Amino acid sequence: MSIDSSALIAILAMAAVTYLTRIAGIALAGRLALSGRAKAAFDAIPPAVLVAVIAPSALATGWPETAAAGIAALSATRLPLLVTVAIGVLAVVGLRALAA
Amino acid sequence: MHDRAQPMPSRSKARAREWRAGIAAIAPVAIAAIPIGLLLGALCSAKGLTIAEAGLMSVLVFAGGSQFAAVELWTTPVPVAAIVFSTLLINARHVLMSASLTPKTGLFSPLQRYLGFHFLTDETWALAERRAATAPLTPAYWFAMATVLPTAWVGSTLAGAAAGSLLGNPRSIGADFAFTALFIGLIAGFWKGRSTAATIAASGGTAALTYLTLGPPWHVAAGALAGIAAAYVTAPGPLDSDVPAAEAAPASQAPVHDME
Repeated sequence: MSIDSSALIAILAMAAVTYLTRIAGIALAGRLALSGRAKAAFDAIPPAVLVAVIAPSALATGWPETAAAGIAALSATRLPLLVTVAIGVLAVVGLRALAA
Repeated sequence: MHDRAQPMPSRSKARAREWRAGIAAIAPVAIAAIPIGLLLGALCSAKGLTIAEAGLMSVLVFAGGSQFAAVELWTTPVPVAAIVFSTLLINARHVLMSASLTPKTGLFSPLQRYLGFHFLTDETWALAERRAATAPLTPAYWFAMATVLPTAWVGSTLAGAAAGSLLGNPRSIGADFAFTALFIGLIAGFWKGRSTAATIAASGGTAALTYLTLGPPWHVAAGALAGIAAAYVTAPGPLDSDVPAAEAAPASQAPVHDME
């Protein structure tokens, strides 16, 4: 159980910028009265970022991952979150076995 | 709760009810976070982080997407600037989430707000927004979520890091894909029709192309900006409008799909 100093610096810096993103909105609240297209763009931020984060895994890894992502997306339209995770994982295991 | 000498039994009962509601809301998310945290811990140990470092990151950063990205970028010596930049990009969305949630935290003291917002994640935010759509958001509800989810996240990170090599290759059990599947499930919770489809297509396509050409972490910023631009362009209403046309639309609450 030891902590390397450059690792510690990285973790503390990550923590600091993340905490700043979390509290920045407290000061901005009230001043961010968005409407129309600006509101639509605002609302699109979480899905836009989430999609971008998983795009390499879902779209740029191989066809089993892409197909499993499609299956998970279908599942996500009607099933609970945890079931979607299970289906996605089982799908990728099966499809990778087919691809191997 | 059962103590009749309590000065305000109805208030403490109400608080207990809020705690239970918060726990019930976050429980499925916390359960889903456990395999993800195990995976994160295992990846941390594979990259040479100690158990203490992995656990400390989950306590202090507490933002899964940016933690996975950081571990992905982790080498020796640690590329601190690249990791912090990637963390900032991935977590920049918190600014808008906290701006949107703050007006709904009227029952919080400033201390509760500044402490509590450390636990702002996609999941706690979405659940709090949904709660606030139907009932006042109480500190008890928020801190119930903020107790359960970090416990699951940090505990599973530590367990994963400790198990580390014992788990073997996370790919063989598909565990590396759990994160992708989880995010797909979360994305579905933000579905608002045609403009969301445009957002997903633009963000996914741009991020994948950027990943293949420029490499990480640029795919996150490029994809996010493309997705946001797509939402702006495909939203109904005149292009140059600042007219509050969509103000009346009650679509601003994040409709989390049925996790209960």
